[in-house]
Amino acid sequence: MLDWLKSPFLTFQEFVLLAGRATVNSVRRPFYGQDLFLQMDTIGVGSLPITVLIGFFSGVIMALQMSRALSQYGATGQVGQITAITLVREMGPVLTALLIAGRNASGIASELGSMKVSEQIDAMRALGTDPVKKLVTPRLLAMCVTLPLLTIIADFVGIVGGYMVAVPLLRLTTGSQYWNNAWRSLEYNDIAQGLIKPLLFAFIIALVGCLYGMRTTGGTQGVGRATTQAVVVASVWIFIVTALVTRIFVNL
Amino acid sequence: MARQKANAPRCILKFEDVSLQFDQPRPALDRVSFEIWSGETRIILGAAGSGKTVIMKIALGLLKPSSGRVSVMEQDVTHFDERQWYDVRSHIGVLFQEGGLFDSLTIEENVAYPLLNQARFMTAGKKPTLDSVRPDVQDALNFVELGNTLNKFPSELSGGMRRRVGIARGSVADPDLFLYDSPTAGLDPITANTIIALLIKDREMRNSTAAIITHRFQDGHLMANFRYNPEKDCLEKLAADSPIRERTKFMVMNEGRLVFEGSESALDASQDPYISKFSMNPARKAS
Repeated sequence: MLDWLKSPFLTFQEFVLLAGRATVNSVRRPFYGQDLFLQMDTIGVGSLPITVLIGFFSGVIMALQMSRALSQYGATGQVGQITAITLVREMGPVLTALLIAGRNASGIASELGSMKVSEQIDAMRALGTDPVKKLVTPRLLAMCVTLPLLTIIADFVGIVGGYMVAVPLLRLTTGSQYWNNAWRSLEYNDIAQGLIKPLLFAFIIALVGCLYGMRTTGGTQGVGRATTQAVVVASVWIFIVTALVTRIFVNL
Repeated sequence: MARQKANAPRCILKFEDVSLQFDQPRPALDRVSFEIWSGETRIILGAAGSGKTVIMKIALGLLKPSSGRVSVMEQDVTHFDERQWYDVRSHIGVLFQEGGLFDSLTIEENVAYPLLNQARFMTAGKKPTLDSVRPDVQDALNFVELGNTLNKFPSELSGGMRRRVGIARGSVADPDLFLYDSPTAGLDPITANTIIALLIKDREMRNSTAAIITHRFQDGHLMANFRYNPEKDCLEKLAADSPIRERTKFMVMNEGRLVFEGSESALDASQDPYISKFSMNPARKAS
């Protein structure tokens, strides 16, 4: 009767096992430093331009939307505060994570999937190295380092975007008031959740990408399927986790 | 390359009643037992899906048998976990069907991979450098006559060349057992014979133990009847009483079961319609 539950639970179990092994491996010799830096370059530096672009426009959109709502109450001076809070708490982490999920969960899944179907993962095991250690751990660590950094950049660029709309374009407020408002509205609570979220998302994106890549079966078609599934599953979990984390922080 | 193994014969690979059952009703491997001794060349023949590759994957610990016992180098490995297997695997060379080369690494890095990543070559947990293993890598690539491809990527090589790089990668760490999975599949007859010539050369130069999975009966015939002549750098036919004939054993798989095990002459003499499909006897092949 509960057969339909079996497969998602098995997948979740595999996810937890992979997470455990990848984390334990990060403190166990041998270390693959070169792979780690290569991944940090691919994920971090490679995603920087698009993160900046998206961050900027989310700030712009937020300020534009708020300009109308705030003018109804004559509170246009608060635009800096609202932009900063929404970006740091929610928009920055979630949008960046979704972007990286689309860009890198798919990239990881297709790379590992192709390696799986062309027997390279088996070859790696047969040649005496642990694929989790060689492939998963560097990707996980690289993601955990770069995603929070990318989020911070997106947040900052977003606030700059909001400034561009609020001050030079619509003249809602003065520059000093905008920055003052934005700066003073951020509390430790906001910063904490704004940094914990990307760290959790990094785990989800890297491990979901690796898991679906390493489970790939069925040739090139399987690689396509694995890639799609990785992006969808990672995106869904990003929303679930952000809801849970927000729920916790709202009460703090 | 010509390091000699200990002379006392020892059992390199032993299967005892090994079965493997996937979800299908028919087992992938059905109570298979055999032994491979040092210095032996084992030719594993069989149709596609008969369980040849499954044998290889079990011998490497990539698949776990459902029942039975597996021993590698006189060590029971049936219940080894993944970490214990890494040490066992570092003594086994392997050539995968399509070569299994890492396409993000150069040929040099591919061949150096076992030397750089296996725990037994590390000193105090530190990996050797690529420079320090370069002479060994160059030797292994010279052996397969691809000494000038160090900086190329696998995608720049032909199918036959990729197999040869796979052989170099498998033999660079001087393994006690070399498993070849369909070394000649999908190659033209001339390239296929070049690959088999390399296998024969490897057998003679390293006195190696090998299991060769193939569906081409010619591969087994060449292995059993020819030797490598280092002076002339070519293959020549073996004398009728050469011990190499004795040390080349054949086995035939059919639907997960081991249906034949013995010498080439016994294979040629078999009356069984399935088994005789893999023998050189032209009269029976016609039937």
